[in-house]
Order: sequence, then structure tokens, then C-alpha cells
Amino acid sequence: MASAINNLLDWLLTSWLLSGLGLSVSTDSAIGYVVAAFIHIALIINLVAVGALVFIWLERKISGRIQDRLGPTRVGGKFGWLQTLADGLKLITKEDLMPDGADGFLFKIAPYISFAASIAAFIAIPFAGGPYPWIAQHLNTGVFFVIAVLGLEVFGVILAGYSSASKWSLFGAMREAAQVVSYEVPLGMCAVVPVLIAGSMDMVVIGNQQAGFFTNWFIFHDPATFITFWVYFTCALASVNRAPFDLAEAESELVAGFHTEYSGLRWSFFFMAEYGSMLSVSLLASILFLGGWHGPIPIASLLGLTAENGDVAGYVGNLLGLTNVLFKGVVGVSVMIWIRWTLPRLRIDQVMATCLKYCTPIAAVMFLGAVLWQYNLPGRTFFGLLAAPPAMFSVDEGWEAPPAVTTEPAKPAMVEVRVEGLTPQQVAANQERGN
Amino acid sequence: MTTSLLANLLTEPPGVAHYMTVGAVMFVCGAMCMATKRNALGVLMGIELVLNGANLNFIAFGSKYLDNGGPQLGLDGSLIALFVIVLAAAEAAVALAIALNFYNNHDSIDVDRADQLQG
Amino acid sequence: MNAIYWPSVFFLLFGAMACGFALAVLLSANIVRMAFYLVMSLAATAGLFFLAGQEFVGAMQLLIYVGGTLVLLIFGVMLTSQERFVNMKTLAGDWVIGMIAGGALLSLLTAAAFSVPEWRGPERAAVENLPIEPNATPIGMGLLGARVDQIGAPADERAGMAGYLFPFEIVSVHLLVVLIGAAYLARAKRRSNPLPTG
Repeated sequence: MASAINNLLDWLLTSWLLSGLGLSVSTDSAIGYVVAAFIHIALIINLVAVGALVFIWLERKISGRIQDRLGPTRVGGKFGWLQTLADGLKLITKEDLMPDGADGFLFKIAPYISFAASIAAFIAIPFAGGPYPWIAQHLNTGVFFVIAVLGLEVFGVILAGYSSASKWSLFGAMREAAQVVSYEVPLGMCAVVPVLIAGSMDMVVIGNQQAGFFTNWFIFHDPATFITFWVYFTCALASVNRAPFDLAEAESELVAGFHTEYSGLRWSFFFMAEYGSMLSVSLLASILFLGGWHGPIPIASLLGLTAENGDVAGYVGNLLGLTNVLFKGVVGVSVMIWIRWTLPRLRIDQVMATCLKYCTPIAAVMFLGAVLWQYNLPGRTFFGLLAAPPAMFSVDEGWEAPPAVTTEPAKPAMVEVRVEGLTPQQVAANQERGN
Repeated sequence: MTTSLLANLLTEPPGVAHYMTVGAVMFVCGAMCMATKRNALGVLMGIELVLNGANLNFIAFGSKYLDNGGPQLGLDGSLIALFVIVLAAAEAAVALAIALNFYNNHDSIDVDRADQLQG
Repeated sequence: MNAIYWPSVFFLLFGAMACGFALAVLLSANIVRMAFYLVMSLAATAGLFFLAGQEFVGAMQLLIYVGGTLVLLIFGVMLTSQERFVNMKTLAGDWVIGMIAGGALLSLLTAAAFSVPEWRGPERAAVENLPIEPNATPIGMGLLGARVDQIGAPADERAGMAGYLFPFEIVSVHLLVVLIGAAYLARAKRRSNPLPTG
């Protein structure tokens, strides 16, 4: 987080928390490092868990409205907004069943693998940009990392399907394996297009380049990116197993697919993983294509809420950015819910045909189109109607540049740890204090 | 010698030798998997372990954060590691196809039964 | 008492995970468990790559190896997982010979690793404040044939360190050939024992 949080941490650790014990610990020390890490972890886990609560409620309300009924209305007041919490309590009190022939160890660990992979993707997703981005770990290859980690969620599903000792589960898991591995190809190709335009895999850099009005968003950069966004969204839908691609849990044919045999808390972990990865692909879409933390109108910079005008202004601007990113993410999830309750489920061969016959070739052609557009019409945006802002050329990772210069926008992950146990944010804070 | 190296590993940076030790353990485990497993897919997993143990050495020699003045591979280390990963993917695809073919023909996945040079 | 050096802690964690799960792959008799342990071992290896500053290779390992190759492997395990093949015990004689050979190899490799003084860990002060260099761009340029890390090297040294454009092309063609070959090999030929096509 921005320097403000670090100052707060410093203050907590040095003056208040430990002074009574006669100790003084700064954030540079081992304890400060651990505390800072745990704050990031707690924020991310809360985002996923609370997000799942909200999204499940949202799904019930939206599906209700689409099917011409009311959805939950009673629990927690007017809109039934505490319904998910009540469901959660019910799930916790349920009996934890395991089938007789199941492989106990794998059966128990599978939901946690899914959940861990789903959370891990949030490590590299920025929630606000600028010089002090709100990101748990600023990775130089952020896009690549998020896509790689998203692909790991399938392991939990496969292990669950296999270890349940049930044919329904096994069929669901096999479908999931085939589907996710296939859809990673067009998904990666679509994600490469914004990377190509930005010239960096750093998600903070990609987001910062779309500063300004909505005309600078990469979705409007040229016709190829416009089409790419829709292909990306389709593939993302398939890679997180949402309807109409939810073959792995097709309840009309496979009872409940891979989680047929699960009950109680473990089952809810699968659900949290599903909603977590829905949110992360939506956030990825919002940062790659929809301007990230920049609203359609750059309110933050028009009001002067940038880091140049002091810590507090930068913090408020980042808060606005956070709102933007989360709003776009929630809109993406809502569209996924809307699609789920509108379209019928595809057959497995149709799913494969969609991937191999449509998504992959379209993504490949659009990649080529984006290359040609960049080559022939450099420096234009909004379908070539406007000149691109200077921010879009801010990254020069040309090969003439000495490596030390190219490091400026990007701070790699674990290497940072070597600077005496400092997180990137703390390093930034220290530099700032030095200034 | 080794014990003192491990003792101060909490306060001192790891070096190439530490990475090589991890790589050696993975390599040996993989090699023994290849030698002892009877399931064809177990043999395949042994191959993956061996390749990763070797990859770890390339990465260690290419990393300047582990460098203590010895010879360095630099960027070549990571590039070779990349090629190893890509080729391992190709190798796994072919090996899996062969294993499935073997399973189709012999109705078994036991490599000890693959003792005749005919389909 | 020095302050804890956190990369070392993470090295111990990931290294122990990689070694432990590799051993578990070796010692387990259940093929599905083996696949799971292998996933964990390779993911820990990716963590070691990140720790060595090679985050691009680490992400690649996660994407291609763990997310692609091992899913394929588990797919194969599921296709062939009849009851009698899930638990295939290794013969005792194989164990004895394997342990002797493996133990000898391991002791040799470890002794060799620690025999060279330059391979031991660097001084803490030397690496603590190293500048952070993302290496995705140099790797990409290297694959295109331009070695941005070798610009300063004299011309006669650079002759031997050409870029990796040609190997990159060979690998691309190789992958295409392998793709076609694997599809050809794995196609269903006989109807006597049809594969479940899910």
C-alpha cells in the first residue's frame, strides 16, 4: 500500500505497540516484514471471502429477477443481503461426509488447493496505480503470473474428481481438465495483445498507460483489441468454468460434477474458489482492456488527487482508483452471472469446437491485427481517431537501454526481499522519506 | 563443513551449492523413479523430476543473487532453462501418447510387460 | 545474533518442499498420489526460481510445466487408472539396487556441489543491496537474437554467444512436429478397448 500505511505501521510498531515492553521495532526488521506480509494476506483473503459472500447473494438476486421471482428477501432486512451468511452458517454445521472408497488425503486437500490457487492470483493484481501502486507484490511479469496461477486451480478440481471414487466426479474432472488446458491457449493469446500495445507485462505499467479519458482504454485502442476483449471474456468464462461452459458440474447430466461427493465447509471452499477466480479474471480484464483504475473521466487527476500533490492526495486518488477497479470487476462478474442464467449449457464437443475452431483462430488473427495496427498506425488511439497520450509511450524497454534503466517502472517480486527484508512499498516509502 | 553451512543458512544468503543440493536430491529421486517404478506414467514422472533437478542448476548458475565470484552463465542459464521447460512439455506429450498406445495394445501400463518388440 | 535473512528462510522452505515431495514421489506407490506430490515439488521449484531472481522462468514453469504438462500427465493417469494399476509395488530387489545407486549418486553430487568454494553462498553484504533487474526483456531479446546483456563484451567474445533465434525456431518446429506426432500416436485405432472420451 502507499506510504501512508507504512507510516502508520511504523508508528504502530515503533511507538505504540511495543514501547510498553521496552522494545522498539521498525518495519525494516524481521517482525515488521512479517506484519506487513500478513496485512497483505489478510486484505486479499478478505477480498475473496467477502467478495464471494456478495457475489453469491448477487447471483441469487439476479437469477431470481431473470426468472421472474424475487430471490432472497428475508434474512438481514430488505433485500435479503445476509442470506449468504446464513447459508454459510448452515454449511458449517453440516456433516462432513466422505465416500467409502475415497482417497482420504486427496479428498480432503483438494478444495484447499483450488482455494489457494484462486487467492494466489490476487498477489500480482494491482488495485490502484500511480507511483505507489496498491499491489501485494509488484511483479515485472504480472500478467503472465496471473494467467499461470489461474491455470493451477484446475488441480484441485481434478484431484477432487478423482479422489471422490465416483463416476460423476471423475467425468466432471476429465471434462474440466480438457477444457481448461484447451482454453488457456486462446486466453493467453488474448492477454498478449494489451501486453503488446503496452510493451510491458507489468500490470501497473499497463494500467498507467491507459490514463486519461476512456478513449485511451486498450479496448478502444484499435478494432483488433476491441474484438480481442470479447474473445478474452469468452475464454475467461470458460477457464473459470462458468455457464455456458460449466461442463465440469453439469447438474443435468453429472449430478454435480466434480463436487458431487462434497458437503459442508469443503464444498463452500470450492464455491469461494470459483467466485474468487471469477473476480480475478474480471479484474484482469478491467486492467488489461478497460483502463484499470482510470474511470471513464479522469476525475482523480482533474481534481489533482495524484501522488505529486502529497501523500494524502495520492492516497485519496488511489482510493478512487480502487473503487474504479473493483466496480469494473463487479460489473464483469455480474455479466458472467447474467450470461449463466440466460444461455443454455453447451455440449462438450461444442465447448471444444468453440475453443479450437473459433476462439483460437480469432485470437491469433486479432494478435496479428494488433501488430499490424501498431506497426502502421503508431501513436493513435480510439480506433485511430485520436493521438495517443504521452503516457502510452512512457515505457521504453528497448534493447539499447542499459538494464539498470529499464528497472525503473518494474520491481520484481522475491528479489525485493533481499533488500534487508523490505517490501517494495517500504522501499518506496524509505526513498520518499529520504527525499 | 556441511553442517556449519546449514547452521548459518538462516542469516546468510544461499549459494549455488545449496541450489545444486536441492537439484541433486530431485535428480536422484527422479533417476530412481525411472529405475524402480513399474507404472509407465511413474517413469514419466521420474523424467520430469530429473529435468527439473537439472533446470535448477541452470537457474542457480544464471542468477547473480547466488554468485560468489564463480563462473556465471548469466542470461544463458535462464534461456537454457526455458528451452528445457518447453522441450519437457513436448517430451511429455509424446511419452503420454506412447503410454496410452501401449495401454491400448497390451491392456496394461506395466513397463515390465513391454518386453516384446512388436505391437 | 544476526538478523534473519528472509530469502534464506524462503529458500529453506521451498527447498525442503521440493526435496520432500520429490522423495514422496519416489516412495509412494499410488500413482495419483505421486502425481500430486510431483505437482507440489515442481511448484516449489518454481518458488526457487522466483527466489533466484528468475521470475520469468518461474512463471513459465508454473504455466507450462505445472499448469500444462502435469495436467496432461494426470489426464493420462486417469485414463489408465484401473484398480490394478493404481498401486503397483516396486520389487524389493529393485529397491535395494536403486537405493545403492541413488545413494552413491546423491553423496557424489552433494560433495561435488560443496567442494568448490565459489559455489558457496555469497557474503550477505554483497547481495543484499544488488540492484533489481527484471530479466523478461533481456530474455525476449535473446530469443530474438539480440543479447542485450552482452553489449559491453568485446567482439571476439560475443562471437560465441550469439542469440537464441535459431534454437527458438527449431523448438517451434519441434513443438509442431510433436503435436502432430502425439495426435497421430494417441488416436483411437481399435474398438476392442475404447478409451473413455469425456
